[in-house]
Amino acid sequence: MNNDLKNQADELAQVFASDMVGAPTGVGRFGEFGGMFVPETLVPALHELEAAFKDAWADPVFRNELDTLLADYAGRPSPLTRCDRLGEQLGFQLYLKREDLNHTGSHKINNVLGQALLAKRMGKTRLVAETGAGQHGVATATAAALMDMECLVYMGEVDIARQELNVFRMRLLGAEVTPAVSGSRTLKDAVNEAMRDWVGTVEHTYYCLGSVLGPHPYPWMVREFHRVIGTEAAVQCRVALGADHPTGRPDVVVACIGGGSNAAGIFSGFAAFPEVDLVGVEPEGGAAIGHGIPGIVHGMKSYLMQDEFGQVSEAQSISAGLDYPGVGPEHAHLADSGRAKYEQVTDAEVIEAFQLLSRTEGIIPALEPAHALAWVVREKESLAGKNVLINMSGRGDKDVGQMMEVLGDTL
Amino acid sequence: MSASDLLPFQASLEARRSSGGKCLVPYLTGGLPGWELMLEAVASAGADGIEVGIPFSDPVMDGPIIQESSELALAAGATPPGILDGLSRLDIGVPLAVMTYVNLVYRFGYERFADSMVKAGVSAAILPDMPLEEAGDWCSAADAAGVQTVMLAAPTTPDERLSRIVERCGGFVYAVGLLGITGERDSLAASAKVIAKRLKEVTDLPVLVGVGISTPEQAAEVCEVADGVVVGSAIVRRVVETRSPESVAEFVGSFREALDKG
Ligand SMILES: Cc1ncc(COP(=O)(O)O)c(C=O)c1O
Repeated sequence: MNNDLKNQADELAQVFASDMVGAPTGVGRFGEFGGMFVPETLVPALHELEAAFKDAWADPVFRNELDTLLADYAGRPSPLTRCDRLGEQLGFQLYLKREDLNHTGSHKINNVLGQALLAKRMGKTRLVAETGAGQHGVATATAAALMDMECLVYMGEVDIARQELNVFRMRLLGAEVTPAVSGSRTLKDAVNEAMRDWVGTVEHTYYCLGSVLGPHPYPWMVREFHRVIGTEAAVQCRVALGADHPTGRPDVVVACIGGGSNAAGIFSGFAAFPEVDLVGVEPEGGAAIGHGIPGIVHGMKSYLMQDEFGQVSEAQSISAGLDYPGVGPEHAHLADSGRAKYEQVTDAEVIEAFQLLSRTEGIIPALEPAHALAWVVREKESLAGKNVLINMSGRGDKDVGQMMEVLGDTL
Repeated sequence: MSASDLLPFQASLEARRSSGGKCLVPYLTGGLPGWELMLEAVASAGADGIEVGIPFSDPVMDGPIIQESSELALAAGATPPGILDGLSRLDIGVPLAVMTYVNLVYRFGYERFADSMVKAGVSAAILPDMPLEEAGDWCSAADAAGVQTVMLAAPTTPDERLSRIVERCGGFVYAVGLLGITGERDSLAASAKVIAKRLKEVTDLPVLVGVGISTPEQAAEVCEVADGVVVGSAIVRRVVETRSPESVAEFVGSFREALDKG
């Protein structure tokens, strides 16, 4: 970032840190949600991680090292793109925060570079991670290659089949990919396997969790590592909307929700301003907030799709990255407090939106952010005349194979 | 049944200990086809208490064997109220603990679950994903109902924390014998005796080592320091493979024998 932008961003970051998306209270609580529901074996490691993160986050040397990596390696800041053709068609001003242009193709790299640097600082030599769509796995494998660490990624068997390109990318990068073969064989089960691995290897292994999920301090730490999305976007919107705009802020900020990390990142830039509507978009078949009730799994209390006895339901979504029955605890709190709202879209709407952005703007989105787009398309009437910002959390290269099968000869 | 009628877990273990013996607590997954018969067979094979698993969809502390038994039980229709109901109909003369994951208890309602445990004759609960930090609400409900909460202590737990854990703990202290999840191991981990010894130094509660105790020899070895063992995967594998109460009882009996020989 040039100096001017950087100063503005720092100033804004201070404002935001004081409000809605601040530090959790107690043992990682956001309202009643969050916590540290893990086997005793991991508790000391989580306390150690919390202390290490606090220390690193307050250390200008660490911050500088991370900022340099984000700029020179990941390509930050990511641009803000105004989509004139599609905006005109829909009847509002549409802006995309282009996390798809980051190195490795999604927002996931922001978090991973932060955590991998932290792992090194803590003296860990091995990274384990779970992945759904493979984007977090690819980002982790990338950081492990860059920083000379061993890397093992757990991925559901179902996801390995539908995201095979990313499986190959991870292997190219030198990581081992191990299938999760229990339960629904998707993201939920990959998280289970990664946690089981960590219970046995905690002394030398760092668990690089891929979303604002899991036990404290992950939901908070991962959001902090993605805060850069919101901070940049706030400054970029101010510039893009022009000096005449009364606030310099968009009316609506929309992001897809798997665990909720890209949403937490972009929301953090706007949550302090009540006139900005925050909308998280869940898949109809994996809508923890839309269809779940409070529960406890993967170390956290949050909204959870489950049966009457508390057995966790299997999510069903076209998008491997959103195919998850839970959601990050801070989103549960933002939903309960009314600060953000959470909507659902269907696979069919997503497939339409995926093609629409490709044809009108020359941007092939990942299936995950295509959810955010699908919602604004459906809501175009209520959004008429507004300034709408979508977090374009990733690019669609990884989904092209799957979409070839879905769309077949229809193109 | 009321709380005063419960066969108390801790007293049973203490009685074994004060007679110079070592405690044997087998684990069985509840809700598998024929599980009640299995429980009866194991009770008469020398168990000082039995830990009954209520299967959960996402058991993060469990390895492949208990994962598989949980999936089988769930597929057979196992539910928390169904298992508690089954237990309330049993009269096996051995104290019972339930072991499950916190979401099932949370969903049931902490108070309602604690009360249902009493009605089912279950005197203790083991919730491996509920560490000290998160134990408050459940423990209040459990204390009020008169059931005990067994806490886990791990090789990674620092000394200062061990003291706080045993203070909050009832029934026995579950010493996690190794760094890792449940499952059979070829040999006893060095960490097993270490954690047992550390716990013995800070508590009079019975100290039982679980996770990875797979053979009668390993059980006897760890009991040079510990007051007893919890044996899970090694038993459950035989339950799933043989489905035979006789052969499972015989296997449990071999642990009893090894512990009695010392
Ligand atoms: C491009 C992209 N967006 C979004 C997600 C969902 O994760 P989150 O909700 O944490 O942003 C994924 C996960 O794989 C992804 O690859």
